[in-house]
Amino acid sequence: MSYFVDKKGYYGEFGGAFIPEMLYPNVKELEENYLKIMQEPSFQQEFQDLLKEYVGRPTPLFFAKRLSEKYNTKIYLKREDLCHTGAHKVNNTIGQILVAKRLGKTRIIAETGAGQHGVATATVCALMGIECVVYMGEVDIARQAPNVARMKMLGAKVVPALSGSRTLKDATNEAIRDWINNPVNTHYIIGSVVGPHPYPDMVARFQSVISEEIKKQLLEKGHTENPDYVIACVGGGSNAAGAFYHYLDEEKVNLIAVEAAGLGIHSGESAATSILGKEGVIHGSKTLLMQSTDGQITEPYSISAGLDYPGIGPLHAHLYKSKRAEFISITDAEAMRAGLELCELEGIIPAIESAHALAVFNMKKFKKSDVVVLNLSGRGDKDLDTYVKYFKL
Amino acid sequence: MNRINQKLQENKKLLSIYFTAGFPKINDTVTVIENLEKSGIDFIEIGLPFSDPLADGPTIQASSTKALGNGMTSEVLFNQLKNIRKTVKIPLIIMGYFNPMMQYGVENFCKKCAEIGIDGLIIPDLPVDVYNNDYKTIFKKYGLINVFLITPQTSSERIQFIDKISDGFIYMVSSSSVTGSQNAFGKVQDDYFKRIADLYLKSPQIVGFGISNAETFKKATKYAKGAIIGSAFVKYLDKNGTANINNFVSGILD
Ligand SMILES: Cc1ncc(COP(=O)(O)O)c(C=O)c1O
Repeated sequence: MSYFVDKKGYYGEFGGAFIPEMLYPNVKELEENYLKIMQEPSFQQEFQDLLKEYVGRPTPLFFAKRLSEKYNTKIYLKREDLCHTGAHKVNNTIGQILVAKRLGKTRIIAETGAGQHGVATATVCALMGIECVVYMGEVDIARQAPNVARMKMLGAKVVPALSGSRTLKDATNEAIRDWINNPVNTHYIIGSVVGPHPYPDMVARFQSVISEEIKKQLLEKGHTENPDYVIACVGGGSNAAGAFYHYLDEEKVNLIAVEAAGLGIHSGESAATSILGKEGVIHGSKTLLMQSTDGQITEPYSISAGLDYPGIGPLHAHLYKSKRAEFISITDAEAMRAGLELCELEGIIPAIESAHALAVFNMKKFKKSDVVVLNLSGRGDKDLDTYVKYFKL
Repeated sequence: MNRINQKLQENKKLLSIYFTAGFPKINDTVTVIENLEKSGIDFIEIGLPFSDPLADGPTIQASSTKALGNGMTSEVLFNQLKNIRKTVKIPLIIMGYFNPMMQYGVENFCKKCAEIGIDGLIIPDLPVDVYNNDYKTIFKKYGLINVFLITPQTSSERIQFIDKISDGFIYMVSSSSVTGSQNAFGKVQDDYFKRIADLYLKSPQIVGFGISNAETFKKATKYAKGAIIGSAFVKYLDKNGTANINNFVSGILD
């Protein structure tokens, strides 16, 4: 079985490009050019330089000694939280801004939920001197004020999405509508492995630097390049796609994808898409998504703004359906506890998204000899307010 | 012969009107359809509301949200339309997004449409090639015409392909935009309409997006067979309810 995208843009039965005809020329242009551009030596040179000098890659693979002792296994943390701007999101925005430049685009649009992808996009636009417009749900603008301020300082225009539930999915709709209205000069930087083909594949390739580095770093630490487990949280699925990428065909490497169960999978306030979702079409992709029986897309909930997307990328839908990856859902309470535990045991404040992945150690037993790599997708600075309120600090 | 094809043979410029089913009130659907027919228009596009209408501007988004809040679903719409062919003769087209149809089951959806007497479907996010490979036989089995969109950005080569697989008319989107935009009919549109006219397509073209009054209707139909009004009518319904729909139409057709 293949876990990579096929010629038509599908992962098994998932993926494709379910877009209105108005978007066809934009998406086609990207599809015809992205691989060619990414393979150009000048592109690779610029991309690698920026990852090294600007983002600060390679990020460390840190052996978490005290956490390992507590859970009686060998835990390595892939420190994406140390990337410039505080999360893995910037790996993708660096890549896409370079693609956009080579396509001759002079204007960038993006969607954002928590604001992490918006900040990462505003950052690379400032770096390149390109106009940037970020769509963000009105509700999210109110609850993620620091990231809104960051985007503004970086010169981006933040446009509130006022339609529907006024959160991430609606911000994505608004960005897509903007692209329909501006088909020639604008590139849309999608923030995860979602959307129409070729986005899921392109974003996964840009994030694949994560597992490329893990392989090298495990060898340097005297292991084989293949760990026993790779664990990552899944919102749309980009950090997980990057951490899994070079292990997809290594069937001995167990992949664990962690979703947000919110207040409980069946509480009605959850973002556990693989369990609650049904096959459908969202934002141009056939995948698993949370919806009513009538096919209306429903609003997910999680304490972590980066995980409350009602769909998952088509790659992950395929990994779920084919059982290549194990999917585990973690509640708000379990994630918050695991986040605090990492602070206390390792001196690292994780993003609440990443804390969901950390909570797996309380759910699942690993062997003492197991090498477990956990992708620490982001740092917790943006979440301080939530931590403070939750723990009454 | 399908009612759409019959209508397309008439020697006049055709007016089609879009509205959102279940808007402004849940039970307005049939009233709107009957009044539109009485007012003398040629086609009706019944919008099946969707939570995430990517190709629509604020007016149709808001009407969709309201209609969903009113309780509109595929099942409710089909029930409302059960007896529609007892009173209404003009072509009826359902316009909706793909996900609700997928959940209903594409074949079930088409079957239901055929039973009711729906003549065609417009599904903006069902791509031409996916339709052509996966769903064409189902649509044909139930005698439904699928209407494809083209835009000023669509290449002539692709337009010719779309023409070939079209059984009714081609929906010519007037500008690069979502519905409800106020882009004037300027030089870009003139060039685009002429380019299409010069392709001598077998399928008649009906222009949509940005048509709101008699003036834009006239401009749009200078080269094309007809035009579609959506957001302007939805706005009218929002303000005036279902009374006096003929006032809106007579303002266009005078
Ligand atoms: C730190 C962090 N981790 C994870 C995510 C979830 O996104 P994805 O599943 O695409 O990695 C986000 C999204 O905002 C994030 O900020």
